[in-house]
Amino acid sequence: MTFELTAVVPSRGFDVTLDVDEGSTLALLGPNGAGKSTALGLAAGTLRPHDGEITLDGTRLAHARAGRTEAWVAPHRRRVALLAQDPLLFPHLSIRDNISFGPRAQGRPRREAAAAAARWLDAMDLVHLADRRPGALSGGQGQRVAIARALAAAPRLLLLDEPLAALDVDVTPALRQTLRRLLVGQTTIIATHEVLDALLLADEVAVVDDGRVVERGPTAEVLSRPRSAFAASIAGLNLVSGTWTGDGVVTASGGVVHGYASHPEVPVGAAMTAVFRPAAVALHLTDPHGSPRNTFRGTVRSVEPRGDLLRVRTDQLAADVTPQAVAELSLVPGRAVVGTVKAAEVDVYPV
Amino acid sequence: MTTTRAPATSRRTTRDPAEVPAGLPRWAYVPAAAGGLFVLLPLVALGTRVDWAGYWSLVTSESSRAALALSLQTATTSTLLCLILGVPMALVLARGRFPGRDLLRSLVLVPLVLPPVVGGIALLSAFGRRGLLGESMEVLGLQVAFSTTAVVLAQSFVALPFLVVSLEGALRTAGERYDVVAASLGASPTTVLRRVTLPLVWPGLVSGTVLAFARALGEFGATITFAGSLQGVTRTLPLEVYLQRETDPDAAVALSLLLVAVAVAVIGLTHRRGASR
Repeated sequence: MTFELTAVVPSRGFDVTLDVDEGSTLALLGPNGAGKSTALGLAAGTLRPHDGEITLDGTRLAHARAGRTEAWVAPHRRRVALLAQDPLLFPHLSIRDNISFGPRAQGRPRREAAAAAARWLDAMDLVHLADRRPGALSGGQGQRVAIARALAAAPRLLLLDEPLAALDVDVTPALRQTLRRLLVGQTTIIATHEVLDALLLADEVAVVDDGRVVERGPTAEVLSRPRSAFAASIAGLNLVSGTWTGDGVVTASGGVVHGYASHPEVPVGAAMTAVFRPAAVALHLTDPHGSPRNTFRGTVRSVEPRGDLLRVRTDQLAADVTPQAVAELSLVPGRAVVGTVKAAEVDVYPV
Repeated sequence: MTTTRAPATSRRTTRDPAEVPAGLPRWAYVPAAAGGLFVLLPLVALGTRVDWAGYWSLVTSESSRAALALSLQTATTSTLLCLILGVPMALVLARGRFPGRDLLRSLVLVPLVLPPVVGGIALLSAFGRRGLLGESMEVLGLQVAFSTTAVVLAQSFVALPFLVVSLEGALRTAGERYDVVAASLGASPTTVLRRVTLPLVWPGLVSGTVLAFARALGEFGATITFAGSLQGVTRTLPLEVYLQRETDPDAAVALSLLLVAVAVAVIGLTHRRGASR
């Protein structure tokens, strides 16, 4: 069973078709105002489609034709939980009561709700904060409570609206890993403008622009080989998968990419993916002297404009280089080049 | 974990003595002090005119006790009526989406700016014996004008806007974001109202209720016009004060002081409760 949405909202210039397989996560990737929040609002029931149909596990949540609503399930009956950028914890309730709010509101017995709260407090390492009020929490703690509260409501579909965007950079990696662990088996849509969220949390990515889905596919494919120019402009990462050696990733074909792990306790031999941005890649015609630790020999496949730079694709990677460099090196399709990237520019994640 | 966020509801904060206020010109203290004196001086003056020796017998005379009891009873009933009608009104005005909402919001304010006497005449036109609804109500055996019910209606009419305006403002400030989250967790609209919305606007609700009660307690013009001045039936404390002023000025002063004491007590009580939340 799945979540399926086909909806037109003319007042917001929105016309999108989406679906999410049961237990999987879809990332809506796009800039602010692209229509990500509209998609989430339609799923949550805070917005009505002008035309379209939204179904979850075979239940019709909304159905409208030419502005006339023909079927409508109220937001509280949808089992669609929403987690926003701000934790929005109920300030008058303790952390424990915030987490048990969903089960209680759904009419489950007090003891059952308390047990669910206790379980989530433990799972999210929040036991020591259980009886505090939300006002005393840091941003990262607040968002952990908000995640626990959303999942304690046992949603059939979880909506994450830029869940990490309001947090300090030093707490986002840990929280992203926590989400990654919790989203296994949970049907989820995550709206984000951060490529890393899509890379680490989503099975599939839909790139959204101006109220339309411009590209859709498995995460690694969309991020590393975007077909449309727009997707390339916001996605476009070099991904190299392999196993962790302690200071890099060794691929199936034996190549090694040196880089730094996202967190220190990764065991040697773990499946990891090295990630680096096209702008971090330098191109040469011959092996350079000195010691950039990663070199990729390949053949130029295409050259496309990308803002002030040109994106050069070889059979192995994408590089953003200046037009001068392209002219100097005569980078045309078929030419053999060597791409180099410093180990410091390579982040390694468990993907 | 370095980001600390301000709690979503504003809390009373004590001013840090190290902070220097900006945007407070020195000269503002002079008219501000004059304004404070203007409010306090008459109240203090009232205290100096009280016949303290005879105070107890003055405020416990039969007519005084009847007026006080009637005032407390009608003001409490009016406040309850204001809550029953005003909370849904504030909700609909703050959250509802329908044409004419802004016009309605302005119309609700009319009793706030209307002279109370005019309010009384308007109420007579509606509920009086010869009023719009009065005749059909009389057929049903209901006679409202010049009864205790009329006192409650007059007080509710003038007090309702205080509750609605205060609560509607609080609802708008609180916004709907918490309500949306609560609904997404499975809470029905009534549960959202009970467990999230009302607790969030609690200080606004309390202050609105207190304002409504105080306004009901002090009601004079609409009451005397619509309900008359019958001892024990419609003669509330303000009416009693006004009547006694003609015949027994000492009693009028004593009762006035009583009303001041009740007002100060009510405000003090809710101020503390609001601060402790």
